[in-house]
Amino acid sequence: MKKTFFTSGTPFIWLTGLAAALGLLMIVGLLLLILVNGLGIFWPQNLQQFTLKDGSVVLGEVWEKETHDNYDTGREETRYRIKTANRDFYGLDFRWLKEDDISERQMPPTAWVLERQAWGQFFGFIIRLSNNGVALASDELNVAAQLPEWHEKMLAAADEIHQLEKGSIGSISMQIENMRLEKRKVILRRDTTTASGRAALRRVDEELASLERQYQELEKELMQRITDSRAITITLRTIDGQEKELPLIDVVRMWQPNRMSAPEKAGLYAARVWEFLSGEPREANMEGGVFPAIFGTVLMVILMSIAAVPIGVLTAVYLREYAKQGPVVRAVRIAVNNMAGVPSIVYGIFGLGFFVYTVGGTIDQLFYSEALPSPTFGTGGILWASLTLALLTLPVVVVATEEGLAAVPRSIRDGSLALGATKFETLWRIILPSTSPAILTGTILAIARAAGEVAPLMVTGVVKLAPSLPLDSTFPYLHLERKFMHLGFHIYDVGFQSPNVEAALPIVYATTLLLVLIILTLNLTAILLRNRLYARFSVTKI
Amino acid sequence: MTFSIATEMPPEHNSVASAHPEKAEAIISIKELDFYYGDKIALESITLDILKNKITAFIGPSGCGKSTLLRCINRLNDLIDIARVDGEITFEGRNIYDPSVDIIDLRRRIGMVFQKSNPFPKSIYENVAYGLRIAGVKDKTTLDDVVEKSLRSAALWDEVKDRLNESALGLSGGQQQRLCIARAIAVEPHVILMDEPCSALDPIATARIEELMLELKKKYTIIIVTHSMQQAARVSDYTAFLWLGKVIEYDVTRKIFTTPAEKLTEDYITGRFG
Repeated sequence: MKKTFFTSGTPFIWLTGLAAALGLLMIVGLLLLILVNGLGIFWPQNLQQFTLKDGSVVLGEVWEKETHDNYDTGREETRYRIKTANRDFYGLDFRWLKEDDISERQMPPTAWVLERQAWGQFFGFIIRLSNNGVALASDELNVAAQLPEWHEKMLAAADEIHQLEKGSIGSISMQIENMRLEKRKVILRRDTTTASGRAALRRVDEELASLERQYQELEKELMQRITDSRAITITLRTIDGQEKELPLIDVVRMWQPNRMSAPEKAGLYAARVWEFLSGEPREANMEGGVFPAIFGTVLMVILMSIAAVPIGVLTAVYLREYAKQGPVVRAVRIAVNNMAGVPSIVYGIFGLGFFVYTVGGTIDQLFYSEALPSPTFGTGGILWASLTLALLTLPVVVVATEEGLAAVPRSIRDGSLALGATKFETLWRIILPSTSPAILTGTILAIARAAGEVAPLMVTGVVKLAPSLPLDSTFPYLHLERKFMHLGFHIYDVGFQSPNVEAALPIVYATTLLLVLIILTLNLTAILLRNRLYARFSVTKI
Repeated sequence: MTFSIATEMPPEHNSVASAHPEKAEAIISIKELDFYYGDKIALESITLDILKNKITAFIGPSGCGKSTLLRCINRLNDLIDIARVDGEITFEGRNIYDPSVDIIDLRRRIGMVFQKSNPFPKSIYENVAYGLRIAGVKDKTTLDDVVEKSLRSAALWDEVKDRLNESALGLSGGQQQRLCIARAIAVEPHVILMDEPCSALDPIATARIEELMLELKKKYTIIIVTHSMQQAARVSDYTAFLWLGKVIEYDVTRKIFTTPAEKLTEDYITGRFG
């Protein structure tokens, strides 16, 4: 009887089901955790004012409620984690309040939340708006009435300053840099002794002088604008009465949460999410957006695929279709499979030694010698990081393609050959199209692996903060030598290397969510494409 | 053992053959053909003539070498690394194992239909046009004409004319096999090799293919490998019985099935082994 029950397979079915359920539970749990924490942080919460029994007052957002037994008294007590912000006043962003200490709670309607360029958020009140020290409005009501208009003006001014810095001044300083390199080139060629060489040098010098003059003028204008714009100030007062004056231009966004209706909050939520997706990071990456990191991640994955897929497919075709099957090919195949298991940091160090120092260094000496000793390609960059990852994912593509090739039945090949096709024609017209779904499966796996890798990138070109994107409007548009930002590294950097980890935690969740979403999107695109190819080329009927 | 029935034994007893009274000539002559897989001999001193515009059947138990012999005729066995051939096969006056023979051209003249229907994962139209495209034909009207003609010859046109651009994999088994026949005749071969073309089909589809073969033999020479003796008896003009890599008997089909010369043939035909 017992034996029949066991051999009937029922316990085994339960076991398999249990294992599957466990895996599913962990995945769903992880996704839910990331989703809830990552999506929640942009919602404008109400500001609560707590009056404590010792008479002090605290203003902040309630982030967490915790009930636990007091170690000394053994009594159960409740405490709240309050985000008080105002790092410049208190030094910390969070504090704990015990339920027992609180005597009164309120929601002050005039309380503001300010997102600032520096010091993180401010929670408190704005009591004065001044122009060059002369008050424009000096009570909270008037300030609130006039503030939006002035803030808009300031944002426009900030935009203009940004344009001036990145646009005109940026392009002139780039021209100056190019002229300097030109000058070094002339000197390196040692033709300063000839008449034409001296003429060239003189021309470069004149050009340089004129550029320097333009630069100084623009810089003066910039300084003037900055000084002008900083004349408009607001005076902040915290809940406990400390005051501080702040140029209005340093405020990124401001709102009064306790006065806002739900639709208004939703609008603000959308705006903040959009800023996170499209903006640039501020304050050691703890505030602002992650657009450069999204861009870097996607571009790197694309470059990696361009490098890995063709080489992987060609390798697989050679191994499966052309090479004489024997011990050598078997050994190569085993080696390729094992390469997929090499720790990624090993690839990173290989990339650093081979791509960056050897290949990059040689390129610098041959083509960019005027810029030495500062390296152009001889330092980490998006090209080298992509190639390193391509190396890392190559085995995945090779294995998947080989399996796809092996799955094309012999009869189809014979059919093509019997019609007078050569082996190449058969391969090109029949077998490779039939293998395309398998190739895409390999690509999907490669993308999933590459987009999540961080370790090899840290030594081959990823940085905490890249000054410019690897793709822009200046020739040659795609700057493969530039360093770049990456979401995976961003998570590590913000989560573990930032000066204020507790305040940075929400951004870590949001970035994680984003990275997962991007990998999901890339995979879904590839899967949809694969299904369409399956429908067209599948050899076996489904 | 040599068999040269074209000259020695005119097939006047065969009813199917007598419907075509023109004098039969050999299109393919196989002489002293040996075939080896590595050290193992698979075919031993095969000698026989295949007559033009006739259907010749190869029968015999599994592993007797009938498919191997068929694949020798269009040199499809060349793809097997360890295969080796001795002797010669003359096709239209030339030894096909001569090094100067263009194997691509040979396969264009000797078409093949396989045991398992193997349409390419392409549209119906592209399947039929494939051989022409490989041959470099690009003209759309030529392609259209040939596709229609071939599909009509294969008795498939009426069933698929409205869905030429749909995948060939959506056709039924019998339709797929007729598509493969259309694909083979699109390049206008002189000979069509059929390797158990009906073994995966139901009786109705089989009957249609057999009907088609009788129609096709007006234009083409057909060699068919089959494990169904009834099928050989129904469609073929001549039958060769192979056993352990040797041709035991080769004669007019009716004679093989009614009064075989060899005891072995009789035993096989009456179902005593095989």
